[in-house]
Amino acid sequence: MDLKDLEKLRQEIVAARDGKRPCITVCGGTGCHAYGCLKVAQAFRDEVRRQGLQDKVDVRQTGCHGFCERGPIVVLQPRGVFYQKIRLADVPEVVSKTVGGGEVIDRLLYADPATGEKIAREEDVPFYKKQHRLLLGSNGFIDPTSIDDYIALGGYRALAKALSGMSPDDVIAEATASGLRGRGGAGFPTGKKWAICRRSPGETKYVICNADEGDPGAYMDRSLLEGNPHSVIEGMIIGAYAIGARQGFVYVRNEYPLAVENVTAAVKDCRQRGLLGKSILGSGFDFDLSIFRGAGAFVSGEETSLMASIEGRRASPRQKPPFPALAGLWGKPTNINNVETWANVTWILRNGAKAYAAIGTQDSKGTKIFALVGKINNTGLVEVPMGMKLREIIFDIGGGIKGGKPFKAVQTGGPSGGCIPAGMLDLPIDYASLAQAGSMMGSGGMIVMDEDTCMVDVARYFLHFTQEESCGKCVPCRVGTRQMAGILARITRGQGEEGDLEKLETLAKTVKAGSLCGLGQTAPNPVLTTIRHFRHEYDAHIREKRCPALACKELLTFGIDQKKCIGCLLCLKACPVKAVSGTLKKPHDIDQAVCIKCGACFEVCPAKVRAVTKTSGAPAPEKVPQ
Amino acid sequence: MEDTLASTEPSRKDLIHALHDAQERHGHVPAEAIAAIARRLRITETDVYGVLTFYKAFSLEPKGRHVVTICSGTACHVRGAARIIEEFERALDVPAGRTTPDREFTLETVNCVGACALGPIVIIDGDYHGQAKAAEIPKLVEDCRCRSRGQAPCGGGKPEDAPVDAGPGPSPRRQPGGG
Ligand SMILES: Cc1cc2nc3c(=O)[nH]c(=O)nc-3n(C[C@H](O)[C@H](O)[C@H](O)COP(=O)(O)O)c2cc1C
Ligand code: FES
Repeated sequence: MDLKDLEKLRQEIVAARDGKRPCITVCGGTGCHAYGCLKVAQAFRDEVRRQGLQDKVDVRQTGCHGFCERGPIVVLQPRGVFYQKIRLADVPEVVSKTVGGGEVIDRLLYADPATGEKIAREEDVPFYKKQHRLLLGSNGFIDPTSIDDYIALGGYRALAKALSGMSPDDVIAEATASGLRGRGGAGFPTGKKWAICRRSPGETKYVICNADEGDPGAYMDRSLLEGNPHSVIEGMIIGAYAIGARQGFVYVRNEYPLAVENVTAAVKDCRQRGLLGKSILGSGFDFDLSIFRGAGAFVSGEETSLMASIEGRRASPRQKPPFPALAGLWGKPTNINNVETWANVTWILRNGAKAYAAIGTQDSKGTKIFALVGKINNTGLVEVPMGMKLREIIFDIGGGIKGGKPFKAVQTGGPSGGCIPAGMLDLPIDYASLAQAGSMMGSGGMIVMDEDTCMVDVARYFLHFTQEESCGKCVPCRVGTRQMAGILARITRGQGEEGDLEKLETLAKTVKAGSLCGLGQTAPNPVLTTIRHFRHEYDAHIREKRCPALACKELLTFGIDQKKCIGCLLCLKACPVKAVSGTLKKPHDIDQAVCIKCGACFEVCPAKVRAVTKTSGAPAPEKVPQ
Repeated sequence: MEDTLASTEPSRKDLIHALHDAQERHGHVPAEAIAAIARRLRITETDVYGVLTFYKAFSLEPKGRHVVTICSGTACHVRGAARIIEEFERALDVPAGRTTPDREFTLETVNCVGACALGPIVIIDGDYHGQAKAAEIPKLVEDCRCRSRGQAPCGGGKPEDAPVDAGPGPSPRRQPGGG
């Protein structure tokens, strides 16, 4: 296949399809999988057949639509009618009414929480309105296992353009002019990285896609790879051409079986269509891709560890320089980019560097996908122009905090990042602003926290994580994170001492300065930012043995308000250690010496009664002699 | 010829792949597999062992009949995953990461399964249980025990507010494991 063939093929695919033919698209993202979208999609197929509509209606399982909060999501094309929280029972009605008769079912539409107004079309839903979905936009139209779907939407045109009319240096110039920076965390300029690798001496060069996505609260790479694998592959072929690599690897996190499946299938389809292999699109350029499954180690996301892993060794990082662009995989010049970076490359080559550079801020161009999760109303993947204010993301797109509680902080950058407090809601989200706030862009996790989240516990959580994931090669990281995690655990248990914060700060400095790789160098960030912005919470834990958020278990006291208790026995039955005593219709009591503070009694106490109390730093309610 | 994948000569670069194969076939990597892999790739058994123990995806111990995976990703953590982990540890009487002595249950944690909207998430034998509540855990465990005995779920442990029947995990092939 050559360039002309590709365009001909695209026209054939489009011509063979009736653009007006109704198509029921069912979101197949991981969030919707958990809601049972596979069954919903199957139910649609069965129902369409049952109603004899199989020649009139298509059913397509697509990639992630991003609005995970409302799954399973079903969009009826071509009109774009947006249904949410679809249950199996809704399926027959959707097929007969909407597809057959063209009637919109009010009950299944999204209602604007502010006005109660029902919204019929996907793009009018507030969650999507302020987004700029360069990369995620096609997810909802494409069956990720169909290369034809991708080609029909103009897929592989960017590659054709690069291979036919551009020299490798032109491609690099385009990437540089776009201002694209790496989405894997550090934000290194992509064009610059490519140029270094291209100039590196050596015949054999490699490109790698980093799909190890280790941040424990982010899943945008997964969504791209599962939902639109060709957009990533196309970017990789373009990059390989620019750099002069003939072999590439996609290193996929082990826990992403569907991503492995879809990207493997996509590679196979590419080979069949002459988009991978010898003389791609008749250009004389050879390139092929292998899929490599990770094996469950956070540090393998670090580039030098990742390469060690591909070589069949333990994923331990090594000293840089030399940087991979000079000496990477098997000592050869290697260019590694993140999944989202590669997908951006495709967009840039298709639409031009200028169009891309028009989006975003001075030093952060384009869009960024964030996983907006935690105590937020609209959980999901959001893609916004760089520079958007945190407030807009959390309140306009995210719909604010669950249960209308006050917003406390947002954590960005995962284990390498930090917590940004409510006072900084007007912070524009770009590389420099986040770094200035002591956090970082990282992979794009955005964990929203409310007053019930303890910031000391969050710091402890992340340090526990990094300490477990530290590969142990260098001492500052191995020992330092362990010490820090230990101190933090002690503080959350109420055994903090004066001077602990200073100790943490000293350790943080050493770990940051002395660690071999990014894991250790950034591990103290969650601690440092929480000390900086939430020192009072640390003080409450250390001095008053009190957790203001009522989250640190060891600092809680559960008691029973004798005046409110109606003696219903619920808590008594729920208690796993028999700490509750009492008889029917007599106020119960908790034996503090036995209580393990699991909170079961608090959870079962009827909302109308609310006799079980949860407090911190104060004694349990007195038992009234009966 | 370390750098070409066209090379069919098995070598160290195939090690992780081979370990995945063994893990999938046996549910763990048995000693015989280690020896066989070492021979085929012409590396020492110590080498294989060293790599195997570095990665969480591989285990030397067989897994239990039921695998309970609790998400301890950040989003699930701030929504109370720690409490869910603790409750399972109590109900099964094993710490997370271990298998019960009767090999009925393996309790493990994983970081973010991409279903944060439903957090805290528990995956039991590939089925997702969203917005997990501590109170329903004994029932979920009992359901598994009944299934082991070949009975229908008898604990009644289906979360009442599951939007639809929670379907199978992202792939029927394997469950998320490790972390
Ligand atoms: C501990 C650690 C973990 C990392 N994990 C990832 C990851 O999961 N995905 C990723 O793309 N980059 C990760 N990185 C960054 C990579 O080392 C590398 O910088 C990145 O893949 C480069 O791609 P980019 O230029 O497109 O951002 C990690 C870095 C460190 C230090
Ligand atoms: S953090 Fe648990 S599913 Fe994302």
